[in-house]
Amino acid sequence: MKGSPAIEFIESTLSYFPRLLAAAPIVIQLALGAMALALVLGLLVALARISKSRFLRGIALVYVEVMRGTPLLVQLVYIFFVLPAIGVNIDPVPAGILGLGLNYAAYLSEVFRSAILSVEAGQTEAALSLGYTPGKALWKIVLPQSFIVSLGPIGNYFIAMVKDTALTSVIAVTEILKTANVINAQTFETTQVYTAAALLYLLISLPLSRIVSALEKRARVHV
Amino acid sequence: MSDEVIVSVRDVHKTFIVTKTPGLLQRLRGKRREVNRIEVLKGVDLDVHKGETVVILGSSGSGKSTLLRCMNKLETIDSGRILVNGHLVGYEERGGKLVDEKAAVTARKRTDLGMVFQQFNLFLNKTALGNVMAPLQDVKKMSRAEAEEHALASLGKVGLLDRKDNYPSKLSGGQKQRVAIARALAMDPSVMLFDEPTSALDPELVEEVLAVIKAIAAQGTTMVIVTHEMQFARDIADVIVVMDQGIIVEANTPDEVFFRPKHAKTYALLKRSGLAVEPPGAV
Repeated sequence: MKGSPAIEFIESTLSYFPRLLAAAPIVIQLALGAMALALVLGLLVALARISKSRFLRGIALVYVEVMRGTPLLVQLVYIFFVLPAIGVNIDPVPAGILGLGLNYAAYLSEVFRSAILSVEAGQTEAALSLGYTPGKALWKIVLPQSFIVSLGPIGNYFIAMVKDTALTSVIAVTEILKTANVINAQTFETTQVYTAAALLYLLISLPLSRIVSALEKRARVHV
Repeated sequence: MSDEVIVSVRDVHKTFIVTKTPGLLQRLRGKRREVNRIEVLKGVDLDVHKGETVVILGSSGSGKSTLLRCMNKLETIDSGRILVNGHLVGYEERGGKLVDEKAAVTARKRTDLGMVFQQFNLFLNKTALGNVMAPLQDVKKMSRAEAEEHALASLGKVGLLDRKDNYPSKLSGGQKQRVAIARALAMDPSVMLFDEPTSALDPELVEEVLAVIKAIAAQGTTMVIVTHEMQFARDIADVIVVMDQGIIVEANTPDEVFFRPKHAKTYALLKRSGLAVEPPGAV
């Protein structure tokens, strides 16, 4: 079998793994950084969307519509190529984290908003009757429960985000796809290089989705 | 029982405003926004004395639950005054008018009133013990150990020490309601409000909850109970209040209300429960 075309293809595909794998830490850095930003900002936007203030609700709604209504790729390009025109220069990786984070915050805010609204009003009423202030009732009683409800969707968005890190290749982040482009320019083994890249993404996301469903199952036992 | 008034309700009025906004198509056809005003409380007066058990009866829609919920400002009032231990709850008076007070002040005053809900409203992500401990730690600022000690004592009073580590999803309706009672009781309020505490329970679970409430009443706790359980009302009440269409039509001792009802609505209520003796005025 040695020397058959199939084996050769597999061998050369695998040979690109180490170099591509070297870019994996950047992907993890992007995804974790952007997710942290998206979680915090998403929660704030969700709270603004259900607040009593018309002004806050308006701003939050505009934010969500703009972020969901324009392509993530365009947002990344905007941050990296357009902002310098007004004097804001951001390095590729922080720009990637910012772009992904701002975009996913819009989607996560919708997850949080519906999760918060799904917690029965009775939970808040009980807390208020026990002497919690409205803010404390939200923070101590409602949010922990809505977070449990949100775990599944948050996990799914995280997996999607890991794959969307590939978009940052256009703003000069040397993540997996960018690395593959560079290798391809040197070797012209296009099929093997990009097959290896695709496999690597798969190897990262498959275990993640397992972890997400396990987490979700564990957390949902009581609520 | 003493002369000290814990809850004083004076001439309270409350209107629910229900607005119906028509869809775009209907609006184009000239349909206007509908505003329905429902007067739920039309001038209610009531005193609850220290150590007293007041039971409020009335058909659904009579305003009895609303009255209870106004006492700790889960519902707002339009006019009148409700004083708890001599203080307005949720309002301050400025120039003869009621103005919302700071949320933190309302929260502190609400600890004077324990409330038990029809739907239990246990915190779903906490165990029985966790439910009782949470407000002790979050509101009363007790240490963990102190809160646990208090919570265990309170769970003991409702006979649920053996279920302390169960989550609400693993408790029966009756057990949930008993935990809810323990949670409210642990805060050491000066009055307990029960909003149809057994209405959501399977018939065979009603008795265990009523027994717990009776035991608490026997210890001299001041209580206001909204219920449909007539026999229970008769057994436990010092005063029975009958409401109809937003007003109190009768307030008297259980014997007077059950054996000599003065109002036709009271009689109708008794008759529906199979407890009626004589029509009013027949004697």
